[in-house]
Amino acid sequence: MEDFRQLEHIAREIRKDILLMLNRARSGHSGGSLSVVDILVALYFGGILTYDPKNPDWEDRDRVVLSKGHACPAWYAVLSRAGFFERELLWTLRKLGSPLQGHPDARKLPGVDASTGSLGNGITQAVGIALAARVLKKRYKVFCIMGDGELQEGVVWEAFMSAAHYNLSNLIVIIDYNGLQIDGKVMDVMGIAPLKDKLEAFGFRTFEIGGHVYKNLIDTLITAKRNVISPTAIIARTVKGYGVSFMANRAEYHGVPPSDEELKKALEELGNGV
Amino acid sequence: MEYKATREAYGKALCELGKKDSSVVVLDADLSGSTKSKEFKKLFPDRFFNMGIAESNMVGVSAGLALSGLKPYASSFAVFITGRAFEIVRQSVCYQNLHVVLCGSHSGVSVGEDGGSHQAVSDIALMRSLPNMKVIVPSDYNETYMAVLATFDMEGPVYIRTSRAKSPIITNKDKFEFGRADVLKEGKDITVVACGMMVSISLEAAQLLRNSGIDAEVINASSIKPLDEETLVSSVRKTGRVVTVEEHSIIGGLGGAVCELLSKENPVPVERIGLNDVFGESGSKEDLFCKYGFTKEAVAERVKKFLNG
Ligand SMILES: Cc1ncc(C[n+]2csc(CCOP(=O)(O)OP(=O)(O)O)c2C)c(N)n1
Ligand SMILES: [Mg+2]
Repeated sequence: MEDFRQLEHIAREIRKDILLMLNRARSGHSGGSLSVVDILVALYFGGILTYDPKNPDWEDRDRVVLSKGHACPAWYAVLSRAGFFERELLWTLRKLGSPLQGHPDARKLPGVDASTGSLGNGITQAVGIALAARVLKKRYKVFCIMGDGELQEGVVWEAFMSAAHYNLSNLIVIIDYNGLQIDGKVMDVMGIAPLKDKLEAFGFRTFEIGGHVYKNLIDTLITAKRNVISPTAIIARTVKGYGVSFMANRAEYHGVPPSDEELKKALEELGNGV
Repeated sequence: MEYKATREAYGKALCELGKKDSSVVVLDADLSGSTKSKEFKKLFPDRFFNMGIAESNMVGVSAGLALSGLKPYASSFAVFITGRAFEIVRQSVCYQNLHVVLCGSHSGVSVGEDGGSHQAVSDIALMRSLPNMKVIVPSDYNETYMAVLATFDMEGPVYIRTSRAKSPIITNKDKFEFGRADVLKEGKDITVVACGMMVSISLEAAQLLRNSGIDAEVINASSIKPLDEETLVSSVRKTGRVVTVEEHSIIGGLGGAVCELLSKENPVPVERIGLNDVFGESGSKEDLFCKYGFTKEAVAERVKKFLNG
């Protein structure tokens, strides 16, 4: 049995950073940032991604596209911890002149491989980056992280169709399946079920796992990296607002930062004594 | 002075229309709390359709509803409803001249912290270029309310642009007329034409200019298409110079519309205040207004330079 305590510890620290960043920015997306943390921590600190923070444009690096761009506070905190930039920058989130834009900007921040924010646009670029590897004869993988609500965009399915058509086995799509979007539950706003069947019908090798369980995440990601036949989709079952009791599973916290009081409470829950 | 966001008026007017006529139907794309269409949903859940995060389909479905004799009102952020859905707006709505009302909220850099990906700066240009489309950029809460009510009796498609941020209430009309501009302050030295929340900023700038001995005429051109040619041309005949002010690219928006008109009817020098062919970025509304020259001081300064230059 492997021990994932170190990753769980990192995830707690990342969640604290996110809450501090959002509180200081006085705006931003709490729920979707908290739900995606473990996926990102598994990628960057679980030995999945090939990257060099000192050489962010390294041609052979694995690529990451955060198609649900609004969750970038989580990504920024992870990138900083992985050594891409100074931790101090985190506190400039969403402020004028900061490279930490409200949605990821590839021209401004090292580690960001494509600008996103308009939902559905990340996955199409990820398909292009994966296709480019074939032309350039590179062996890198492309990890694209998406929201479940995001899957409602038609262009997403155009992208999926093309990924399967071109057998892009270097493309790994991870879906942060938290069941919520802005106006409520995904199943109430615009249902996407049966998701696994749909993805399989679109030509993806598809896994369904617990998105906060490191053993699941790491094992599945390793399997996905070895896949050479088709693109992979991982439906990671998560909880929006995970880690903070009063935010967990509540759509109201989609685009709302913690107040000073909420921040204090949340930090206590996550363990202040570090 | 009272401050309110124009998007609030959209929600309120929808409720009014819903009471008046049972053919009014409302659609949104997972932003009903932000665009304020949720207000309609509370009263008329059976005539409200959340289409999910799928703006293109929402606009196409609106066209189908209109083809069937209903009166659809569809909303999302301005970037998405005019951008993602553009081709459907063109083919299914405008090409058939259908009565579909599109509302784009969160326009311009006053969106603030969400940043450049979410700040619509080309939507007026996009919508204005489509045959049959009418484009309304109301200056405040009251005017937005009246404009949305007025769409009910219009024929063909309408685009209404609203804002996230609160702005002062400066108008007090009991009716909105398409194709009519209002002279809010008379003056003889220069014509300042504005739309959206830039109208109130321009009025304040005119006060500053008065202290420097410049008598500016301020016109609210909330109806960008159709444009009130008569009011604009007669003002310009008097003043001889024009400044346009809009929270939009200087290409193809209000400034573009005014230049197109004047180049034919009465060519005079025109200074366009807006985003100088750039995208916006993250920051507070206040910081962004300073950086991009949308404060009353910056507008007044540009007018002065233009007159003296
Ligand atoms: C094209 C587009 N339409 C609308 C939005 C506004 N928006 C931002 S986040 C969001 C909900 C996303 O839900 P989901 O994909 O499930 O993300 P998560 O629950 O992980 O936050 C919406 C509608 C957007 N960013 N892009
Ligand atoms: Mg979700």
